Amino acid sequence: MLAAQPRTDVEARSETDTIVVTDLVKRYKSAELNAVDGISFTVRAGELFALLGPNGAGKTTTISILTTTLAPTSGTAVIGGHDLASDPNGVRRAVGIIFQKPSLDLNLTAEENVRLHAILYGLFPYRPFFTLMPITYRDRVRELAGILGIEGEMFKPVKTFSGGMKRKLEIVRSLMHRPRVLFLDEPTAGLDAPSRRALWDYLRAVRAETRATVFLTTHYLDEAEDADRICILDKGKIVAEGSPAGVKRDLTHEYLVVDAADRDALRRELAARGVTYRETPLFEIPLDRQGAHALLKSIDTPLTTVRTVAPSLEDAYIKVLARS
Amino acid sequence: MIAAGELHSILALAQRDLTKLLRDRARLITTVIFPFIFIGALGGTLAANFGRAPGFDFLTLTFTGVYAQTLFQSTAMGMISLVIDRENDFSQELFIAPVSRYTIIAGRILGETLVALPQALAIIAFGLVIGISISLTQLVALIGTGLVVAFFGGAFGVLVLAFLNNQRAANQVFPFIFLPQFFLAGVFTPIQVMPWYLELASRIAPLRYAVDFVRGVFYAGSPDYPHVVLQDPAANLAVILPAFAACLVVGTFFFVRSERNR
Repeated sequence: MLAAQPRTDVEARSETDTIVVTDLVKRYKSAELNAVDGISFTVRAGELFALLGPNGAGKTTTISILTTTLAPTSGTAVIGGHDLASDPNGVRRAVGIIFQKPSLDLNLTAEENVRLHAILYGLFPYRPFFTLMPITYRDRVRELAGILGIEGEMFKPVKTFSGGMKRKLEIVRSLMHRPRVLFLDEPTAGLDAPSRRALWDYLRAVRAETRATVFLTTHYLDEAEDADRICILDKGKIVAEGSPAGVKRDLTHEYLVVDAADRDALRRELAARGVTYRETPLFEIPLDRQGAHALLKSIDTPLTTVRTVAPSLEDAYIKVLARS
Repeated sequence: MIAAGELHSILALAQRDLTKLLRDRARLITTVIFPFIFIGALGGTLAANFGRAPGFDFLTLTFTGVYAQTLFQSTAMGMISLVIDRENDFSQELFIAPVSRYTIIAGRILGETLVALPQALAIIAFGLVIGISISLTQLVALIGTGLVVAFFGGAFGVLVLAFLNNQRAANQVFPFIFLPQFFLAGVFTPIQVMPWYLELASRIAPLRYAVDFVRGVFYAGSPDYPHVVLQDPAANLAVILPAFAACLVVGTFFFVRSERNR
């Protein structure tokens, strides 16, 4: 009888963590610095995880390694229980990806692009025409195209598509094999505001339906506000990690902005009560120790301006990059 | 043994190339024009001047040579589409697919072979029009050997491309590789007798074996056979098959490595 093998840390974590990255390093040929410099992180099943960072921080390099299109210099990664080095095909089956630059054959129709993908993933047998494909394939294409609102465009050449439609088509294609992890590499780059909003509405619907883990890189910080966890990269290293609220809490502070017609009186009163503030020239009072309500109740000087300021993730992001 | 999934992937990839050709009318027309020029103008001129003086029909020699050269070169150069895909970002989609890398390359070779097939048929039709005598057996032989030559050309193309980074480099390098082979392989002219150094160069030119293989089968039983064919088709096949396998394996290995190890 075989004795049970002791489980490694990575194996144990893989049960709850869909992505486990350990000491990942990538140095491009003839480069002097590492594009990715020894990063480690985990992504739990079902999470929306956002990898943030300025241009050249290493986001696309990381995503390329995790999706097997780029070989790492060192380090390990386990995705969906499949080791990147020893089981790349297992990783490929477990992930779907929407690339930063659309990866579509513009000479084919939308459906032909999807069909090629479906056959390459072994989902359906090869058939030369859509009408000859199994009914399950045709239904799946119609269902996904319907969710993304491009049902009527599926038989048109992709070269006639707008940027937003290409993105939607890539989403349809990437969901065909029901991936456990969906990688989105700056999915809204180059899209106008209405297209961005529409795409996120669709992605939320898709996420609710598929319950897939979503790994996102983006330049738009408001898109990362909805993430369960974020990781900020700079020069290939992780400089901040946690929930958006946690990262904001660690790096920034909520504050109260007040002003008065008699500023001298307000200054004297704040000093007498030991309240720290900053004049910009309005009075900014950090809300670390006290709530806005209690603070306002304690001020007798008539106020002309009162508002609270909650920093955004972008404020925290800029602060962490400046610090690093 | 190829798994069913891999075979379906090869067919799907091949259909992609054929679909693209059929939708590109300009490419479809130009791919059949060049062989016409070679056979019609060059072969016709040589035949008019030499006739059967060397002991065989010059036009038929040129016809078989251009037929083999066109299929070999068409699939070899068609492999440039691998680099074009990389530049258009489509190769990401292919190389993230959970199929063997050899399946991806094999699919492209089959696809470019299918792309070369209309050319092959056009050349045969043109040959018949200009009076080349082709029996039914020879027609079957031409198509059968043509497929072998096209696959060989595709594998050779992968090997060359594995060491080239972009389409521009490929477009510059391929003519340098092919032009000397036109003469060293005896596409237009007989190469029974050559200086030793050209003989040596000829023996390392893959196109030599492709052209001679087609001729060996086409001329089988013909009185022109000893004047035209260099060696037995089986001997040519003994070179072509291992060379095909070596080009495919080594080319795929280095191409995939250049794709992932940047």
